[in-house]
Amino acid sequence: MIHSLFLINHSGDIFLEKHWKSVISRSVCDYFFEAKEKAVDPENVPPVLQTPHHYLITVYRGKLFFLSVIQTEVPPLFVIEFLHRVADTFQDYFGECSEGVIKDNVVTVYELLEEMLDNGFPLATESNVLKEMIRPPTILRSVVNTLTGGSNVGDMLPTGQLSNIPWRRAGVKYTNNEAYFDVIEEIDAILDKSGTTVFAEIQGAIEACVRLSGMPDLTLSFMNPRLLDDVSFHPCVRFKRWESERVLSFIPPDGNFTLMTYHVSSQNLVAIPVYVKQNISFFETGSCGRLEITIGPKQTMGKTVEGLMVTIHMPKAVLSVNLTATQGNYTYDLATKVLVWDIGKLNPQKLPNLRGSLSMPSGVPKPEENPSLNIDLKIQQLAISGVKVSRLDMYGEKYKPFKGVKYVTKAGKFQVRT
Amino acid sequence: MSTSSAFNDEKGGSSSVGEPEYGHDPASGGIFSSDYKRHDDLKEMLDSNKDSLKLEAMKRIVAMIARGKNASDLFPAVVKNVACKNIEVKKLVYVYLVRYAEEQQDLALLSISTFQRGLKDPNQLIRASALRVLSSIRVTIIVPIMMLAIKEAASDMSPYVRKTAAHAIPKLYSLDPEQKDQLIEVIEKLLADKTTLVAGSVVMAFEEVCPERIDLIHKNYRKLCNLLIDVEEWGQVVIINMLTRYARTQFLNPNINESLLEEGGVGEKTFYGSDEDEDEDEDEKEKKAEAAALAKRKPYVMDPDHRLLLRNTKPLLQSRNAAVVMAVAQLYFHLAPKAEVGVIAKALVRLLRSHSEVQYVVLQNVATMTIKRRGMFEPYLKSFYIRSTDPTQIKVLKLEVLTNLANETNISTILREFQTYIKSMDKDFVAATIQAIGRCATNIGEVRDTCLNGLVQLLSNRDELVVAESVVVIKKLLQMQPEKHSDIIKHMAKLTDNIQVPMARASILWLIGEYCEHVPKIAPDVLRKMAKSFTNEEDIVKLQIINLAAKLYLTNSKQTKLLTQYVLNLAKYDQNYDIRDRARFIRQLIVPTEKSGALSKYAKKLFLALKPAPVLESPFKDRDHFQLGSLSHLLNAKAGGYQELPDWPEAAPDPSVRNVEVKESVPEWTKCSSREKRKEKKVEKPFYSDSEGESGPTESADSESDSASGSESASGSEESGSRSESEESEEASESEEEEEEEEEKKKKKQKEVKKTVQESESEQSSEEDRKHERKSKPRKSDTESESDEDEESESESSQSESEDSESEAEVKKKKKASEAKPPSKPVKKESKKEKKEMSLLDLDDFEPSPSPQVTPVNTFLSNSLVTDLEGLSLSDSVLAPATIAPSSALKSYELLHRITGEGLSVEYCFSRQPFSPDANMVAVQMQVTNNATTDTKNLHIEDVKLQSGMRVKEFPEIELLAAGETATAVMGIDFCDSTQAANFQLCTHARKFFVSIQPPVGELMRPVFLTENEFKKEQGQLMGMNEITEKLTLDAKCRNEHAIVQRVTTAANLSRVPCGSDKECRFAGRTVTSSSLVLVTVATKEEGAAQLTVNCEKMVIGTMLVKDILLALTQ
Repeated sequence: MIHSLFLINHSGDIFLEKHWKSVISRSVCDYFFEAKEKAVDPENVPPVLQTPHHYLITVYRGKLFFLSVIQTEVPPLFVIEFLHRVADTFQDYFGECSEGVIKDNVVTVYELLEEMLDNGFPLATESNVLKEMIRPPTILRSVVNTLTGGSNVGDMLPTGQLSNIPWRRAGVKYTNNEAYFDVIEEIDAILDKSGTTVFAEIQGAIEACVRLSGMPDLTLSFMNPRLLDDVSFHPCVRFKRWESERVLSFIPPDGNFTLMTYHVSSQNLVAIPVYVKQNISFFETGSCGRLEITIGPKQTMGKTVEGLMVTIHMPKAVLSVNLTATQGNYTYDLATKVLVWDIGKLNPQKLPNLRGSLSMPSGVPKPEENPSLNIDLKIQQLAISGVKVSRLDMYGEKYKPFKGVKYVTKAGKFQVRT
Repeated sequence: MSTSSAFNDEKGGSSSVGEPEYGHDPASGGIFSSDYKRHDDLKEMLDSNKDSLKLEAMKRIVAMIARGKNASDLFPAVVKNVACKNIEVKKLVYVYLVRYAEEQQDLALLSISTFQRGLKDPNQLIRASALRVLSSIRVTIIVPIMMLAIKEAASDMSPYVRKTAAHAIPKLYSLDPEQKDQLIEVIEKLLADKTTLVAGSVVMAFEEVCPERIDLIHKNYRKLCNLLIDVEEWGQVVIINMLTRYARTQFLNPNINESLLEEGGVGEKTFYGSDEDEDEDEDEKEKKAEAAALAKRKPYVMDPDHRLLLRNTKPLLQSRNAAVVMAVAQLYFHLAPKAEVGVIAKALVRLLRSHSEVQYVVLQNVATMTIKRRGMFEPYLKSFYIRSTDPTQIKVLKLEVLTNLANETNISTILREFQTYIKSMDKDFVAATIQAIGRCATNIGEVRDTCLNGLVQLLSNRDELVVAESVVVIKKLLQMQPEKHSDIIKHMAKLTDNIQVPMARASILWLIGEYCEHVPKIAPDVLRKMAKSFTNEEDIVKLQIINLAAKLYLTNSKQTKLLTQYVLNLAKYDQNYDIRDRARFIRQLIVPTEKSGALSKYAKKLFLALKPAPVLESPFKDRDHFQLGSLSHLLNAKAGGYQELPDWPEAAPDPSVRNVEVKESVPEWTKCSSREKRKEKKVEKPFYSDSEGESGPTESADSESDSASGSESASGSEESGSRSESEESEEASESEEEEEEEEEKKKKKQKEVKKTVQESESEQSSEEDRKHERKSKPRKSDTESESDEDEESESESSQSESEDSESEAEVKKKKKASEAKPPSKPVKKESKKEKKEMSLLDLDDFEPSPSPQVTPVNTFLSNSLVTDLEGLSLSDSVLAPATIAPSSALKSYELLHRITGEGLSVEYCFSRQPFSPDANMVAVQMQVTNNATTDTKNLHIEDVKLQSGMRVKEFPEIELLAAGETATAVMGIDFCDSTQAANFQLCTHARKFFVSIQPPVGELMRPVFLTENEFKKEQGQLMGMNEITEKLTLDAKCRNEHAIVQRVTTAANLSRVPCGSDKECRFAGRTVTSSSLVLVTVATKEEGAAQLTVNCEKMVIGTMLVKDILLALTQ
């Protein structure tokens, strides 16, 4: 299975290596660097590379490459999924997954990697189990450790791996028992030039933050479970209950986790919260262009649209922009040719508008293509699909938890073609 | 290692990697001398006595390893700390050891004894980690030690240790492949393991060591299918992939009958025109096979095992893990009947929302699937639409899928979509789009002209790449019907002035040459221009110029003779030998000379033969002969270790190989196949299976009480058990009303309501408890034959308590409600010594028995005739030990809670009686109480799940248990001297409950009588490793001899051995299965200090017993 792992930063330095079998020289990464040179964008580096003796499977997360070396046949998704799980674990432990953080906690990282794989086969990947073996660093603990010479390795070996509920650690205790669920929906849409929807769908996820003592058994039910077309669950959810009764019944892991993700059936018409009027044109002569964008509310269900932002990848030829925004600020990155217009809250009375000219070097032919607009937005207290949690019950423990459900709608991959 | 070599290593290590040192590294200068010094410094720290210094040193060393620096010269200093008490230091030493042991084999051997000791540790986690590190040390000399350790661990009681053993197998195999045969034996043993924890790891080992031994799977096939859902995600992937291969060898092609129809309507296939040649053989073969099959067999019937696999994997499509989803998808693609494959589409489309690497792999697989089974992805066409922000490789793959999905009905939408793509800034992507348009045009006749027109328009595009790609595609399209499109050819001829991309120029020239009859006027002119620029052209263009010249010479020699000569002369002196060769060859062929051979006659035929139109086909065609989802499929090349997916067998191999001998599991299977899905859910996780069993569709509509019972069984909570049904429904209706209200309001209110309800509940229940407590004692000791009234009166008299004058009915009700209460249990089994009044009661209803222990047994047994007899026959034999072993309280355990069991509650205790049908079994007494309002019928045991070697003797079926009645039964379990649980289903006429019995170690033995001398003799033979001694301080209440005897015999089924000294208590027993002697000595000293010694052949039993007795004596 996974033979070795190399962590490589954006500029191509290998700053951590770990071998689960015999040591493989880091020169194997040269094949990767070659491919990286070829692909201009780091995202365009092929995830799977073949070298004479090895296969390299890479994922790109947080400006870092996680490069694993494989020697024999293994499902590539198995490796990719695992590498992402490693990155998730770092994120969970250190708050972010970046070169600096990994370098600062190199010993913890190494211990984690040691526990997560045995001979290249995943051993403990549940964050609850790992946290029992290797405690995540906190400021307080690091102070205490330096004073007392204590360690961040658990004294007790974890029980979670041995229990029937491997995702939850035993003996959890809180003074405030609380369970929060965030229903987050993202609208993926492609709108064409005239504003008609080419494609739209809603992807939702329920992010949970559960801090409950003991072994609570939770049941979460929906007002309208029929809306959910396709679902995937955290392993704690009892699938049979969902199949027969359409309720989520589970013993939650401790802490933050994604309870489920869902897809809202495409038969339902997807409400598009904003409309965009845009006009981007380049003139044949005069080496300049015009840009005008107006955004207005469409189907917002009476809520306010916040965090509105427009991102445009301009054609390479555009040298600079000279625009005026009636609301918010815009920035134009000359190196990457990305125009970002940060609008903020959408005021239906006074629609935000951005207009002005784009300048290009003279003599260059006008760009063939108009750039497409990527929209970002957020609507609080609304699940655009209409999904609603009807109730949450807890069994198995006697105390009364504090429960909360929050709804947010965001734009996912929301693109307007021009 | 000498210092100089260490020095060199270090130098090499640090200079090759020009990385900055870490801040906490004291000597970050990088000067050699200081490097050397730094290591001295670390050695000093490692040698110190302070754990904190050691830890600091190890942390630095590990940081060095992480950066890929050489730290091998520290080996001797580090390896010394392998036995360090500090767990973190230890862990880091392990990390170091695993990394460098290979390089310093001799020194590494120093550490081996530490791990060997660890392998014997009573703590399963320490045993596991010792094995893990030991097996990770790649030193050939310890192979025999590893082999031994693995074998031992494979039969460890702890599933976690067995899992580690499974992990160690491939490690040993890679170290020494000659151990294969022995390792296969271990694998075979572990494959039979029934725990989910082990399943994934052992299949992994199987795949690495002996994937060809498919015969090992037969017996475990059904078990693996059933366990699958509860195995951890990574194990699921491995098992599913292995089972796919297995199924391909064992079952028949489910589509065998459909293939006739399929071939009749190959409409879709004709698009890939060239398939025909290649496919023919295949098709023919298929047809033959199928004809043969049809002749021989009646219509295809799917093997139930095949169905089982499909059904048990399907829920995993909902996994959060993309690898699992993909594994199931490929399983369905390769194994499912055509009509059922569709279910995977939705799940795969969902994965497209994931990380781009996941998308990349999934799209590759979808692309392959869409060629074979286009229909299933058609509804998701729009999910493959491309966004400008997608990485190029994703765009190209999506394009591939869109092209594969194109048909007459959706082509217009797809072409419109393609139009937007052509305007993209990403030119590679645009080129791919043009190719895609070309493929759509060849595949779908109706749109060919539209596409061609569109492409011709692209010829005026400003971007040369776009134009070039269009030319190439147009060339291919034109070949299909050239006569219609001479104007396009003319148009393209004009382009030669502008287009510089060699491939495009070459394509144009070839087109003009090939169809020079359609453009007789233009062709010579083009040649003239080309001749002019010949020397500056690229090689491929030059070759085409020569071709064009030759063709024109043959058709229109009058105009082009001189030009051709000129071109050939230029080519003759070209730098490229290919071109020179070609020129020479063509000159000989077309220019007639006196020497010219027979071939020149056929020159025209050679050059102007009708060429078949090229086929634009998907690069993913035929990739499905690789198992989907595999690395080999992705690379389209066989990767090392790839296992071919075998073809379906023509005739199915004998399905009976999968039958398992164990009596119980066969009926389980046959029933499973006929029953609804939920029944197959596995028992391994008693907790989950419990609730799953309850949530089935046959359940009553009252989901509220349903879930409540599920959760209670889970937490094993006792308190909530007293909740009555009516209260629950009350609460349910309350909350239903609230649903209509605003959410926040609702929550608040709900809370309040719950509070009050629960409060009243608890009050009520505690009251009930108290009442019940008083009653339960006498009631339990009664036999069934007594009426309720008798019981009542007896209890009153015996307890000499003024009972409240409740009516008979009330009492009954209370009893029902509280019957299942576990706290009341131990009381009833209390022996006479403690409870005088109970023995009085017993005397009432049974003949006087000399043995205090017999009494409870007989009362329990009286219900069934058979067991009754057993009980009687036992009473004699029991006499002897009973006089020696002081009586002790029998502890009872809950098997099935009243709520979980829907009114049926079961408790069990280890009666400590020999189980007469089989002396190697431990007798387990069960008391079954029916608290429900309806009768329970046909109570029996089914579906026993045991560790290998364990056996169960079921109790005879209880035919009828009326409401409110209690019955007892005795079953025997051979635990094989291990504390592993016996899992089985308790079945009534209506329901099944998953239950498990796990014995405390003390119940795995039976008392034996030894004299003092015999005891000493035996003890003398069980010294060394077999002796475990522990010091302890006795509990304040347990300092006299009597109390010690009492506590020890409660903890373990041992008998007292007479002893001269009053400072010592001795006990003896034998384990039930293997009759290994167990000797226990408790020597008391002053101030409550004492020493506990256990001598036992079975070390694991010994260590566990020490722990249990220690606990009993100190609390």
